[in-house]
Amino acid sequence: MLVANGSHICFTGFMGDKHKKLDELNRHEAGHVCGFTTTNETMVMKLREIGFAEGDEVEVLGRGLLGGTPISVRLNQTIIALRVREAQLVEVETST
Amino acid sequence: MTSQPARPLRLALVGAPNTGKTTLFNGLSGGRAKTANYPGVTVERRTGIFHTPNGRAVELIDLPGIYGLAGRTLDERVAVDAITGRIEGETAPDLLLIFVNATTLRTHLHSVLELKSLGRPAVLVLNMIDLAKRDGTKINVIDLEKSLGIPVIPANASRTSGREELVRRIDALLDDVAQNPNSVHPVTTLQDLKTLQKKARAIADKVILHESGLNTLTRRLDSILMHPLLGPIILASVLFLMFQAVYAWANIPMDIIDGFFGVLRGLAQQIHPAWLSSFLADGVIAGIGSVLIFLPQIIILFGFILLLESSGYMGRAAFLMDELMRRAGLNGRAFIPLLSSFACAVPGIMAARTIESERDRLTTILVAPLMTCSARLPVYTLIIAAFIPRENVGIFNQQGLVMFVLYMAGILSALLIAFVLRKTLTKGETQPFLMELPSYKLPGLWGFALGLWQRVWIFLRRAGTIIFTVAIVLWFLASFPSTIDGIQGSFAGMIGSILVPVFKPIGFSLETVIALVPGMAAREVVVAAMGTVYALQGSEEEITGSLSQILQNAWTLPSALSFLAWYVFAPQCFATIAMVRRETNSLNWTLFMVSYLFALAYGAAFVTYRVALMFTG
Repeated sequence: MLVANGSHICFTGFMGDKHKKLDELNRHEAGHVCGFTTTNETMVMKLREIGFAEGDEVEVLGRGLLGGTPISVRLNQTIIALRVREAQLVEVETST
Repeated sequence: MTSQPARPLRLALVGAPNTGKTTLFNGLSGGRAKTANYPGVTVERRTGIFHTPNGRAVELIDLPGIYGLAGRTLDERVAVDAITGRIEGETAPDLLLIFVNATTLRTHLHSVLELKSLGRPAVLVLNMIDLAKRDGTKINVIDLEKSLGIPVIPANASRTSGREELVRRIDALLDDVAQNPNSVHPVTTLQDLKTLQKKARAIADKVILHESGLNTLTRRLDSILMHPLLGPIILASVLFLMFQAVYAWANIPMDIIDGFFGVLRGLAQQIHPAWLSSFLADGVIAGIGSVLIFLPQIIILFGFILLLESSGYMGRAAFLMDELMRRAGLNGRAFIPLLSSFACAVPGIMAARTIESERDRLTTILVAPLMTCSARLPVYTLIIAAFIPRENVGIFNQQGLVMFVLYMAGILSALLIAFVLRKTLTKGETQPFLMELPSYKLPGLWGFALGLWQRVWIFLRRAGTIIFTVAIVLWFLASFPSTIDGIQGSFAGMIGSILVPVFKPIGFSLETVIALVPGMAAREVVVAAMGTVYALQGSEEEITGSLSQILQNAWTLPSALSFLAWYVFAPQCFATIAMVRRETNSLNWTLFMVSYLFALAYGAAFVTYRVALMFTG
């Protein structure tokens, strides 16, 4: 796999369908981070610190048994475990 | 020009968790720090002096992993304060060795830029380069050096040859490093972070020539081990196997050790005068022998926990347990200190420093002593061996089954009490769960052996110091002034008979109570104390039998079960109590913990005793 180039910005309007929250991705569905919800600044800061950034490739790897949480996510070459609540803050642009 | 500075240069190991900092530190400083494959193993800073091949003395500082300079948890704050020179009485490090995992360079590069922005001399160690190469990642090191403006050293710090190479290259750079004691105050805002990430991604696009996907083995293993249904079943099976192994594999070596101490006691009994013979046989050998016999079980248990820690499975266990822990008011991350507490609650309580919320951390500390630590193993094993038949139920060893039940009692009561605490005394909002899961690794043999030895050594040292002292003091107290009417006439008997009325309702005999008092020092001491008390008590034929055979005759089943129930809860460990005092920095919380645990112990023992009496008539 080659390195993904180019920036990813969350489009609204007619492109809206391609644009999901991280927790809405299906298992093994991939996409690129295109932004963060602005409601929880501290949490966004933590998500950025651990590595989430615009343009990064994400893929949902698995979910917990109870209530589908937590979620394990591939972020580029790392695996991050987080709950649905935190995953909702990450906006993703999917290719499909 | 090389001029030898007045003090050794101080090199700080910084970087994200699980990038190999402690592995390098252990390798260079002779292995006095513990490392494992899950985030947050190093919770304190450690320093060690080592000499480079050129004979230069260097002080190495090993720090907890950080993703940035925010310092949100106690362990992160230690790291941030150390590298910015804000620790009282300590100068800032002269050089930062910034560690990054070469396989995950893209994701973590922004934290390298953030650390570099401190303006201190820095070197980037591109660690685990062999793994990155194997996965097919290609990095242009020269371009990376140019983009960052600091030296970049690709390294394999987990191998001896890799460490030697790394030290040689660092040494070559040290000539240009001056002492640099000024402190700095970093402030990173969300906007700064965004800018740093943008810059980092641009560099990554340029220098990472080829990037592989996720490690295939890790992906495959995770699809099984973190499967929503299989995952929890496997976790439960792993824990179950651990307790079965502790039983099934330890029998033969335990019999050998038992036989050895039997022979030793036989020899000691030949010695004259009689008091010296009694002192050696009943005091020293009976006391220490009754604890050392559990060494094989402790090695197996520690071995299992070390494997879980170093393979990368511990983070997965946290993932699988998160939702259950959340319902108990805790965080999946808290499962790691709790699982570590299976070995010993003391490091478990310290590991709670990785928990961000003060309330979560306090709750975790307060329930950690409920996890069945290895010091309970001798107590449980002794009683189980005496009262539970060594038969199989289906394919399971019945004794192993009872042990599993006792461990589960610890875990479930910890969850239950955490739940109650979070609803009452440590009430507060649910904390987020956000954690990087490392790739799976085959644990290195050297690191495994070292970790096992460190823990076994602690056990042996305790047997040689605390238990040795207690055995001698107890032998004295239980032998004088008179033992004509058995132990009642001795000092120990007098002290014990004051406490007996308190423990009579839960079925404890005078001998048990006498052993319980020194058992406050550490849980396994009670076994040593009983070894001594019963050795002094015993008639001739009893002396030749093992302690568990003696108990079989001396105790009833309800008393034995009551004793087990007591030990599920009782906080009989000075080290734990002292650590809780230190980590909570509160006498009130410490007293609260000790009281609630004793109350639970008494209650559980009382109920167990009464119910068992009803069934046995």
